[in-house]
This record gives sequence, structure tokens and C-alpha cells, in this order.
Amino acid sequence: MNPIRQDFPAFDGLARPLHFLDNAATSQICRPALEALVRFETDDRSNVKRGVYARAERASVAFDDARKAAMEFLNAPSPEEIVFTSGATLGLNTAAHILQERLQPGDVILVSLLEHHSNLVPWQLAAERRGASLRAIPVTDGGRLDLERLDELADRVRIVAVTHASNVTGAITDVARLRSFCDATGALLVLDGAQRAAHGPLDVQELGCDLYAFSGHKCFGPTGIGVLWGRYDLLDAAPPFLGGGEMIRRVSLERSTFAPPPHRYEAGTPPIGGAIALGAALEWSMAQDWDRLGAQERELAGRMLDGLASLPGCRIYGDTGTQQRIGVVSFELEDVHAHDVCQLLDSDHGVMLRGGHHCAQPLMERFDTVATVRASLAPYNDGADVDALLNGLEAVRRKLA
Amino acid sequence: MNDALYDQAIIAEARSRTGAGRLDAPTVTAECDNPLCGDRITVDLAVQDGAISDLAHKTRGCLLTQASASLLARYAKGGDVAAAGELRAAIDAFLKGQEDERFAILTPVRNAKSRWDCVTLPFQALADALADLEKRG
Repeated sequence: MNPIRQDFPAFDGLARPLHFLDNAATSQICRPALEALVRFETDDRSNVKRGVYARAERASVAFDDARKAAMEFLNAPSPEEIVFTSGATLGLNTAAHILQERLQPGDVILVSLLEHHSNLVPWQLAAERRGASLRAIPVTDGGRLDLERLDELADRVRIVAVTHASNVTGAITDVARLRSFCDATGALLVLDGAQRAAHGPLDVQELGCDLYAFSGHKCFGPTGIGVLWGRYDLLDAAPPFLGGGEMIRRVSLERSTFAPPPHRYEAGTPPIGGAIALGAALEWSMAQDWDRLGAQERELAGRMLDGLASLPGCRIYGDTGTQQRIGVVSFELEDVHAHDVCQLLDSDHGVMLRGGHHCAQPLMERFDTVATVRASLAPYNDGADVDALLNGLEAVRRKLA
Repeated sequence: MNDALYDQAIIAEARSRTGAGRLDAPTVTAECDNPLCGDRITVDLAVQDGAISDLAHKTRGCLLTQASASLLARYAKGGDVAAAGELRAAIDAFLKGQEDERFAILTPVRNAKSRWDCVTLPFQALADALADLEKRG
């Protein structure tokens, strides 16, 4: 058994194996995060920043510590640049709100065909509001951004908003190349880190991006919480997104002045327990040996890719190599619908997969398909999970194809 | 329980491809998507004297959608428009527990709520086509 499973309550006392390979959708919660959540809800539950009693003081300190954990996880320069959101989707919508003021009619937002709808639709809405338009970086047959084509797409680009790692092909984006493009054009760089954040700590300063969003539930934290990191001057220059408590400085009936970042973007009582638990999950992540976990993931991904490649009638979408990718693999079995595969793998083999368009319909169109099956790895997966997947697929193929 | 979702009866019904294809000159056509998975069905109806004289469907979908589309063709084709108009509600009622011999092979789907949309999709397309027909008078 993979010893890291001891850190994940989902694997405690299982009656039958849990082959959980839907980590790109939601990972399992790690024990420190669950314990932090229970501790807050049991021992410290109270609102933050308003109470003067000791219980509220403990809650406020834990909440602030969670913001610091997120800062460290991202190697952000200051906790004032960490905005708690409900997840990557709200983070990216907030990012679009913050940057849209800078758009003039005719300006261009550069996205890509790899994007999750969450990093596409907010920019479509922003473009519509400002009379700007979207342009998309094409994708290679290997399921990567075709950055060779970048220079021909440069005209009037003010914002580049792309995924840090694909939720369909697993490709990791060459951010350095995008950074130099942004340096040359003056565009701002927004990264969707929803997938990448589950694969270890990050360094937004080294990446050189301007805004970075991720969600907690994909990186071993609870649902309903996420982080938007943004350069302070960008956060400080934009008006609030939502109005309410926490985000104000002074309110009269006619008008209000607003709190500085990050509170300006955190209207209302925050998901306090969620934030504290996310902080614990990020601490857990920072304590891991990601060189070892990365090697383990590449080994398992390689085993999966090799097995799929030798399965008759199996088409893999994206690169079949294990470099510059996360352990997310999409494929299709000839003449078997993705949902049929997923249903049978669960009911007959205990393997949990995702089937569908993965909220990436432009990419599905690029690959001329409708729905794929996706298997995605986390540190608690092991060879038995991959074997169960491959054996299950062989059985389904025999049954249905 | 979900195992039975893929029992031989459902697989056979899907593979029968009853009514699969397109009509050359349909009276009315409706296209229906399942936004969850991108599945799509196109239903063509030929209507004459208040009866569905011919029906064809082009189905891009999972086995459950294909089996359901075959059942749709089986029960709507050759029947009158009024009876066909009741099929959408009938499959809903069946999924919620009402006995209905016509849909008996779909019984295992009752326990897989996430797949209900798969089997209602063809019947929704039929309902859309009939609504369009009625609008035209």
C-alpha cells in the first residue's frame, strides 16, 4: 500500500479497494485539513475580525495563518495579495473583473483552445462588456499550446489568460515563453492553476505571472474555498467585485469607500473553516517531498500511457510522454461511449473515472470528439489503481466493443 | 445494482439500432443535446393525418441513450401524434417508479439517477418535435 494513504481519511478501514482516479475533478481531503476543519467548527467557531473574545481571537489568528500558508505555497511577496475565493472559478471571474477596466474597444484577450470553460467564459463576458474580443492560441496534436504561433497572434493583446496545466491532456504550459511574450507586448498574464496546484508548491514570482487562481478541493483541501493571488498594484487599482461586509472602509447611505486588498474582494463572512482547512492542506503539501512524488506520478502515468497504448482500439488524446505533464490522461475506446466506460469501471472494477467534455468543449472540437474518458493521478494512487484501470478497460472492451 | 445497467437486454436494444438514420423529407425535425456529456440526438418525424407515419433518429450517445432511442422508434412510429405526445411524461413516470411494460428493460436505470437524462434525451427530442409541429398548426 502507498504509505501516503495514511494521510487521507478516505482510505481508512476500506471494505473494498478505492481506485480513485478522478483527482483532476476533486481530490480526497488530507487528514490535517479535515482535522483543522473539525477543530475550527468545534473549538473555535466564531466570526473573524469582529469578536473580542478569546474564541474569536483564535479563529481570526487561524484565518490569518491560512492566508500566510497560501502566501508561502505560492511564494507570493505578501499576504495582502492573497484573496480567498470560493474556488478557481470565482478566482478567474474576479481576475477578469479586476483587469477588464484596462480594456479598450478593439483590444484582445488571448486565451487558448486548452482552456476549461472557467477560464474562457469570464473573459468572454469581460470582452463583451468592454467591446474587446477573444483570440485563441491553437493546440498541437500533442495537446499542448502551440506557442510557435504566438507572435502572429500578438496584435492588440492586453491580457493573456491560459491554463498552467491542462485538465484534459495534462500538458504543463511553458510559462517562460508566455512571460517573454508579455514582456514584449505589455500584456498581463493570468494563469489558471486549478490543475497545477495539486502537484506541489508554486512560485508566482519565478513564473512571472500577474494573477494566479486555484481551488482548494483539487489540492487536498475542502470544497468551497480557493485562492486568487494578484500583484498588489493590480488588486489595488480595481473596484470591488461584490459588495457587503468585510470589504468596506466606511459606508454611508449614499456611498462607501472600500477596504484595501485583499478584503476588498472578500465581501461577507468568508468560508472561515474552509480557509483554515485549506491552509492546513497547503502546509501538508509544502511538507511533502515533491521530487519523490513527481517521480512516482510520472512512473504511474507512464504505466498508464503504455497500457492504454497497447489496448486495441484505444485512442489517447495528447502527448504519450511523461515529461512536462501532470498525471492527467484522456482517452477513448473505439465504439464505446465514455460514460459507458466510466459506469462499468465503477460498478465492476471499483475504478472512479471521469467521462465527458471536461468543461473543455473547444478542445473536444479541436480533437474532433465529443467526450473522452479521463484518468487523473494523485500522490495516494499506486500501481494497483493503474492495473485495475487497465484490466477493467480490457473487460469493458470485451463486453461492449 | 448498477451492474445491471449493462445487462444483455439493454445492450441488445441499443444494438438493434431501431429507427436509426435520417428521413429524406421529414415533416418536422428536432435536435436535443445533453449538456453534461455533449450527447446529441436528431429526431425526424413524417406526419400524415394525425399519425407518425415514419420516424428516424440520428443518435450520438452512450448505450443507454441508444437503447432509449430504439425504444422511442419502436413506440412512436406508426402511432398517432396524441399518443406520442404522452411518451415524454410516461418515461419520466416510469423512472420515478410507475410500472410501464414498454420501458421494462430500463428498470436498472431507476437506481442510477445521474443517467436519467441519458434515457429521457430521445423522448425530449420527440416532445420538442411535436411542440414545433403544434406551433405550426
